Amino acid sequence: MRSIHARLALTTSAFGALLLGALLVAPLVGSTSISLARVFDRSLPFEDNVDAQIFFIARLPRVVAGALVGGALAAAGVVFQALLRNPLAAPGTLGVSAGAALGAMVAITFGLDISLAGLPSIPLASFAGSLGALGIVYALAAARRRGQSTTVLLLAGVTMTAFFSALIMFTQYMADFTDTFRTVRWLMGTLEVGGYAPLVAVAPMLLLALVLVSSLPRSLDLISVGADSAAARGVDVVRTERVALLSASLATGAAVSISGPIGFIGIVVPHLVRLLVGSDHRLVLPASVLFGAAFLIMSDSLARTLFAPVEIPVGVVTALTGGPFFLWLLLRRI
Amino acid sequence: MTRAALIAHVLLCVVLARMPTFGQEQPHRVVSLVPATTEMLFAMGAGDRLVGLGSYDRFPPQVAAIPRVGGLLNPNTERIIALRPDLVILYETQEELKRQLERADIPYYRYEHQALPDITSTIRALGERIGAPQRAHDVAVGIERDIEAVRRSVAGLDRPSTLLVFTREPGSLRSITASGGYGFLADLMDVAGASNVFGEIQQQSVQASAEMILARRPDVIIELQYGAGAVGRSDGLEAWKTLASVPAVRTGRVHVLTGDQFVVPGPRIVLAAQQLARAIHPQ
Repeated sequence: MRSIHARLALTTSAFGALLLGALLVAPLVGSTSISLARVFDRSLPFEDNVDAQIFFIARLPRVVAGALVGGALAAAGVVFQALLRNPLAAPGTLGVSAGAALGAMVAITFGLDISLAGLPSIPLASFAGSLGALGIVYALAAARRRGQSTTVLLLAGVTMTAFFSALIMFTQYMADFTDTFRTVRWLMGTLEVGGYAPLVAVAPMLLLALVLVSSLPRSLDLISVGADSAAARGVDVVRTERVALLSASLATGAAVSISGPIGFIGIVVPHLVRLLVGSDHRLVLPASVLFGAAFLIMSDSLARTLFAPVEIPVGVVTALTGGPFFLWLLLRRI
Repeated sequence: MTRAALIAHVLLCVVLARMPTFGQEQPHRVVSLVPATTEMLFAMGAGDRLVGLGSYDRFPPQVAAIPRVGGLLNPNTERIIALRPDLVILYETQEELKRQLERADIPYYRYEHQALPDITSTIRALGERIGAPQRAHDVAVGIERDIEAVRRSVAGLDRPSTLLVFTREPGSLRSITASGGYGFLADLMDVAGASNVFGEIQQQSVQASAEMILARRPDVIIELQYGAGAVGRSDGLEAWKTLASVPAVRTGRVHVLTGDQFVVPGPRIVLAAQQLARAIHPQ
């Protein structure tokens, strides 16, 4: 077997090339055909250049949002699955997504009218909701003693999700007829982020989470086998768990607050990557981030063009294209 | 019971089911769960027969005094039955409520709505059902005449391509839902002398991405505001400035029209048509 460095270089360059390809191709496809020469034609003022406006205002923010959200959700999925030693764990498992969704529902239903740093009220309220859920997760993690089973954390997450879902349902039920439609639409998720401000706002948080998580792969490898054996081999299990929980939850909250919940990426991308590169987290983590980003960008390109001019929710595409592919990979391995 | 009698009985039941008005008294205690039919009943002078309303009924002002019995998703069957109505006007899709009313032996009128002509045909049918066909006919004719007048007032003028926005996220261009080429609002755009930018998409509403709006370049953008908190909402039109190449943005033809007349397909549709026409043809 080749050294880990060689395999890391090979894996990141392969998945990096995929992401690069997605980043280059996605802004060129859409419901309208545009000319790349005209996009970069400096002789036309920007206000008059429809092609440049479509490229820079309509498409590029979506592609960047796809990269950020896809990468963040995939990374969070990897961390949660390792930490909770559960293949069904996903970014939303601890209730952070549900908290973000509740924030958005409240903002829509009660017509909150605030804005901060160019961010409109719905992403703001949604992020606040995810922070609330994150606070509870942190309290749970802090109260957790070594040796305590991860089942407690999992059950707490399931309970929180159920609790927030009940509040979401209640809010929707009380909402004005016309607002109910908007809440349903939000819950389907979309990468139409409406400009660069939301991206600039969440990028630092995602970067911070990524830096924190990138110090963890070795410890995650050991923890995913068992907390006791990890501790025996010198891993500070409690600290690792806290850092991992917080950073993965932060990434999830930031991602969901700008895009709404987009399913499938967080749970299946890590498994898909493991089937391709093995279970070493030093490979799985970077590969999942890159693949998650590329996969969401490609899914959104399909969502924008498949039934053009009508768009379909990107979550439909992620599950419909990724599902069969994942099943095929699974069956091939049996 | 002989076989023939049984068949006759079944046939009679089918006929009765198909003719909801057959053999029924004129209703005097009416529950209307639908804002549009509430407004229609008031317009035909039968508002005093309403004993219960849906949660979303806000017009005319007299509705404030009438008890509420829930809405499309959460009708309160208990309260409806307690009001002892002799007619309940409900949405066609409220299957559960229909079954419960059948068990309670309370007649109902099924409201279904599609496009502009359905408004006056519903008024006429409702008039027949409550025993006020002449007044209903007068109201319907009045609406048809006024709509025709709006259509004539813009005849011969240019037909600017228009984007009619139902909702978007406040302060951003996210989740824009706009009128497609079908439904009473699409019909009203036609009456008001606009050409719908999404006219060829045969849906009531379209999720409009920034790209679709940039590519279709509407000359006029009209945003509708409605619902309980519609008045005085401050999320202005700043967000549209991002789409600088869109003619409507460039020439300042982005308008907000406020009021439930744009979402309640009832008699106030005339007001909606007039306001739309003024926004599209300010001259």
